[in-house]
Amino acid sequence: MVEVVVTGIGAVTPLGIGASTLYERWAAGVCGIEDGEGRCREFTATEHLSVKDARRADRFTQFALVASIEALASAGWDEGLPYEATRIGSIVGTGIGGIGTIEANDLALFEGGPKHVSPLAVPLMMGNAAAAAVSMRHGLKGPCFGTVSACSSGADAIGMAIRAIRYGDAVAVVTGGAEAALTPLSRAAFGALDALSTSGVSRPFDARRDGFVMGEGAGVLVLENGDAARARGARILAVASGYGATADAHHVTAPAPSGEGAAAAIARSLEDAGAQPSDVVYVNAHGTSTPLNDRAETVALKTALGQHAAKVPISSTKSAIGHLLGAAGAVEAIATILALRAKLIPPTLGWAERDGDLDLDYVPDRARALELGDGQRPLAISNSFGFGGHNAVLCLEAR
Amino acid sequence: MAEPAQIEKVITDSLISFGANAEDVNRDAELTALDIDSLDLAELSQIIEEQFGVELTSADVAEIHTVGDAIDIVVERA
Repeated sequence: MVEVVVTGIGAVTPLGIGASTLYERWAAGVCGIEDGEGRCREFTATEHLSVKDARRADRFTQFALVASIEALASAGWDEGLPYEATRIGSIVGTGIGGIGTIEANDLALFEGGPKHVSPLAVPLMMGNAAAAAVSMRHGLKGPCFGTVSACSSGADAIGMAIRAIRYGDAVAVVTGGAEAALTPLSRAAFGALDALSTSGVSRPFDARRDGFVMGEGAGVLVLENGDAARARGARILAVASGYGATADAHHVTAPAPSGEGAAAAIARSLEDAGAQPSDVVYVNAHGTSTPLNDRAETVALKTALGQHAAKVPISSTKSAIGHLLGAAGAVEAIATILALRAKLIPPTLGWAERDGDLDLDYVPDRARALELGDGQRPLAISNSFGFGGHNAVLCLEAR
Repeated sequence: MAEPAQIEKVITDSLISFGANAEDVNRDAELTALDIDSLDLAELSQIIEEQFGVELTSADVAEIHTVGDAIDIVVERA
């Protein structure tokens, strides 16, 4: 089977600009959440993009573009594409798309009538805008589309990229997820669902958790056919070795309490990677800090990993940046790769009180060294689940 | 009735806000050289209609090649 490798990473998150900024600050215990939200406060679009590019993009697309510029540079692509353009894809997920653009234009429509709606409204709001912008920015002419599966959109995008490369549709794919939903409508809508934390604290798996804290940002990865990457002498960061996706077919917002869909996605991801549950040395959890997710995810991990679940360190990036919705899976895949490479697992910030049978090792307090046994692969899974019952799990191995 | 100077200012400021280099924007500048495309012209048409009550059809816009062309058609009709 074709091996798919990760050669470039880029991120814009509430912890700052850059993939290494995300990882290093999280590992150091820094939390990017302020006033109950994970806003990318260090991000100013025109510091990275031309005025024209910035105003032709909703904030979610701006995040994706900036993360993609970093990812391509990190892959050594900044001097030019290493493959024929038609063989390089762009697959970028989002949960919602340009909701800030939708709200601004809806207000313009309400206040001024149809003639006040911007000609840029459609190109900015559409859910495929980030994938298209990344394609245009870098001249990528292979398969190009967005993925939409709520909070597993980013992981599903990466999964589709893995498949496109394995199948031969592309030699490389620039992939990930982006979201910018810190808007009045989005806050009110998630609030109406009773999904948001009222305390404004993201503390996944803790007994006091009371909902998720919304964040924003993007994560972008460069995936390449392993043989092609090695032939060009690329630095290989990781192998994207497995992807598993299932649906709960249970409820539009609540996870199946049995965690069976999530467990099946974990199992499928490991099978895809040719790995056993006992091979998993780290779990980057979906860990939203909602009462239902963290319970169902714990059950799913116990089902999928069996007795090994109690031995494997589990941490949630959302404890440091909140829930980036459609960007979460991509940002967390990047954090997972960097944790494996550094052999240092960042903590689940804020975890202090055990909640009954949520009794796994959630890596509280501080980062922990990852000890690998003889011949043990640095292999992790990154979980992403979404409203609608989506379960997407990536299996990643450091190189 | 809008003054030509006011029309020129609104058009020039709009093009700069779309990302054109301020020092390159003059009457003779070709819109393509300023990287002004069809979406920018759609936005400009909307601004012109709102500010000066001049409605530009797509046929009108197709005849606009330079900054001066845009100013002249609005001055003529305002």
